[in-house]
Amino acid sequence: MDHAQPTPHLREAEKQLSGIQSWRPYQSAQPCCEPIAHIRAEDLSIGYHDHLALQHVNLQINKGCITALVGPSGCGKTSFLMSLNRLTDLIPGCRVSGRLQMNELDVLAPTTDLLHLRRQVGMIFQKPTVFPFSIKKNLELPLREHGKHPRETWAAMIETTFQQVGLWDEVKDRLSQPAQALSGGQQQRLCLARALILSPQVLLLDEPCSALDPISSGIIEDLIVSLRGRYTVIIVTHNLAQARRMADHVALFWSVDGINQLIETGSAQSLFESPQHELTAAYISGARG
Amino acid sequence: MLTQSKGIQEQCSTWIVWGSAILIALSFLSLLGDLLWHGWAQLSWSFVFSPPQNAGREGGIGPILLSTGLIVGICMAIALPIGLGTAIFLAEYTQGHHRFGRLIRGSLDVLAGVPSIVFGLFGNALFCQALGLGFSILSGGLTLACMVLPIIIRTTEESFRAITFDQRFSAAALGFSRSTTVGCILLPAAMPGLLAGSLLGLGRAMAETAALIFTSGYVDRMPESLLDSGRALSIHIYDLAMNVAGGNPNAYATALVLVGLLLIINFSASWMAEKWTTLNQLPT
Amino acid sequence: MISSSSNILPHFHSDHSLLWGLRFLALIAGSLLLLIVMFLLQESWPAFQHVGLRSFFTDEGWHPSEDLYLLTPMLWGTLWASLGSIMLAAPLGIGSAVFIQYYAPSFLAKPYRRLIELLAGIPSVVFGLWGLVVLVPLIARWQPPGPSLLAGILILFLMILPTITLVVQASLAQIPVSVIHHATALGLSRWSMIRSVILPTAKAGIFTGLFLGVARALGETMAILMVCGNVVQSPSHLFDPIRTLTANIALEVAYALGTHRSTLFVSGLLLMAMIVVFVVMAEGFRHREANAHTK
Repeated sequence: MDHAQPTPHLREAEKQLSGIQSWRPYQSAQPCCEPIAHIRAEDLSIGYHDHLALQHVNLQINKGCITALVGPSGCGKTSFLMSLNRLTDLIPGCRVSGRLQMNELDVLAPTTDLLHLRRQVGMIFQKPTVFPFSIKKNLELPLREHGKHPRETWAAMIETTFQQVGLWDEVKDRLSQPAQALSGGQQQRLCLARALILSPQVLLLDEPCSALDPISSGIIEDLIVSLRGRYTVIIVTHNLAQARRMADHVALFWSVDGINQLIETGSAQSLFESPQHELTAAYISGARG
Repeated sequence: MLTQSKGIQEQCSTWIVWGSAILIALSFLSLLGDLLWHGWAQLSWSFVFSPPQNAGREGGIGPILLSTGLIVGICMAIALPIGLGTAIFLAEYTQGHHRFGRLIRGSLDVLAGVPSIVFGLFGNALFCQALGLGFSILSGGLTLACMVLPIIIRTTEESFRAITFDQRFSAAALGFSRSTTVGCILLPAAMPGLLAGSLLGLGRAMAETAALIFTSGYVDRMPESLLDSGRALSIHIYDLAMNVAGGNPNAYATALVLVGLLLIINFSASWMAEKWTTLNQLPT
Repeated sequence: MISSSSNILPHFHSDHSLLWGLRFLALIAGSLLLLIVMFLLQESWPAFQHVGLRSFFTDEGWHPSEDLYLLTPMLWGTLWASLGSIMLAAPLGIGSAVFIQYYAPSFLAKPYRRLIELLAGIPSVVFGLWGLVVLVPLIARWQPPGPSLLAGILILFLMILPTITLVVQASLAQIPVSVIHHATALGLSRWSMIRSVILPTAKAGIFTGLFLGVARALGETMAILMVCGNVVQSPSHLFDPIRTLTANIALEVAYALGTHRSTLFVSGLLLMAMIVVFVVMAEGFRHREANAHTK
């Protein structure tokens, strides 16, 4: 599989920012799948009011890899994703139990600094939602709230991030215009830029292409693949072909006897070519789901 | 619940928001409490039914309740048919770009904001003087009808628009005439919304004072015909508070009756509105 | 609407009569505003002819028996009372709406909202009664005489607060939950989110509420009548008694004759013009908000 190379104009922007401490310079393409655990879920269960949405998930996500969560809709994939940045706190009646570790951080502990967590973890949703401001202000907002970067560096950071998501040429002349005037694919890339500008370690993507046309889908897919090695990416998708194209690791979720569970997990190659569980085999071959 | 940060801005804002909410709740509760405190002692069945004596310092509010009922009754009797008809016209016969419809809707939106004193002037000029009805229950009722028309039309039109298109398609496929569709299918479905809107209008009419001061008059005797002058509850409160020394206790009691009636009306209106929204969420 | 506009020709006789009947009723409703303006103009005409528009702003005082019709003290009274009340009600109203939507636990949010809805329905005379019996003596103890601009401001503030709160809260409730999710995922705290994302998103709804509140304050009659003292003077001090345009009309129209009566109609026209401006702006914002949500 090809790894993305930073383009010349990115290297130029990199030189501009090399004096600033907190901005992470791009690494040249690294082997991604170092089997170093970044996120570890142990016996994770999620329930809404009185019914259990996900049960006993044990999953390890490796650093720098792209992990795809696959399975039919309604099998708990999105719930699992949302528990990783504690967005489940916003859903009334939702309870998460078990253990969830991100490096040394215990995600589920009541004393965890959620704002710090959510700055380490970026999230893209199925339907792109840009804030009703100008394109520039959409990206300035997280920078301002984060408070760690001096104001003079913002313009350069915004340009670099837009170039990273391939949007710079399309928006450089209209940064002050409303973001809501952008097309669906452009808005999703804007959301990606907005998440990336804070240099998160983890990126969560909840079916980022399902609301887009095929061409925009392809662009977003290529973008995500280019993030390998620099971010730990977890993507929920019910499109098996997409998972096959993009993922290093795959985890299959399924509803067994009405309860959603993690059925099988492994490297993409092993899961697609020699699945262990019969459900996995059936799902991959299209016989089920 | 949204996450709170530990910063100073977050703390300050939480204090300020909670503080203002408590301040407001306390002021309003003290207002209601004051009403109950001063008015409860005078309330009794004889108060409700007997006529006022000694310029209202003693006695009750019987004829006034009757006058109020008549004024409001006339108001609704005029406003409901016109309101319903206009709402059906706007909902069923006009699209978004229909010029006549937009004109009507625009003028009704503005009408909803016109203050009651201006309606009073209008009512005085048109009904009392031009049409020669003088200070009467009829004038008052007609003036109030003009005031509540926008409310009724707005709510009723919304309830018609909320009915899904399937109903109309099915009726057309069965070859029903427009009148049958509207009368037999749509109207019953929109009924809770229509009733909620009527109750809202009724509540507004009952609370009105400025529009009635110079249209329905001040007389607190039992009215004998619709052309007699009659005093409404709200005017009675005003008169007792401002013009009659020692009238405050009865003013409070009357206020309690008025607020009580309005509570019942508004409660029924919101109950009906909830029923209407749940009905329209059922799969058709 | 089921049929296309070209197909509106009904095939049934009953449909024909229904359409014309409905058109007639709609015409009545639609022409009300026009009728009001016409009658006000007709009644004000003698004043325009005999007194002239300029006199309303340049005469020496409001003395109808001597043919002096200065409206500016009443105009100032109206404007100051409304301005004062909106300055108090705007932050507290928006704060209440934010409280209901984001700060109050669910067991408190609903009763608090019901309390505000209840207060939106209380008649102005009852506010006036309370103001007369409780508020005015309180102010009198601080600084006589009691009935004053301050009393008017406070009463108006209490009266327009529910309007602003309910309109703004409805607007906040309509913000799509995806905006909240996106903002939370970016690590914004509650207050940051409200300040930087939610309130700007709800801007149109907030302006609708504020303009409707101002329109209500400008048009309020009974409560002002009961607590402001009704002295014809331009207020120079918060504790000065004032008379608003509305109170002026209410007090005098019952016995005013001839030119005097006409001038009261003129002040009614002036009041209506001021209020209509605010109502039209409020509706403009309301439509802008509705369009933003259908995108």
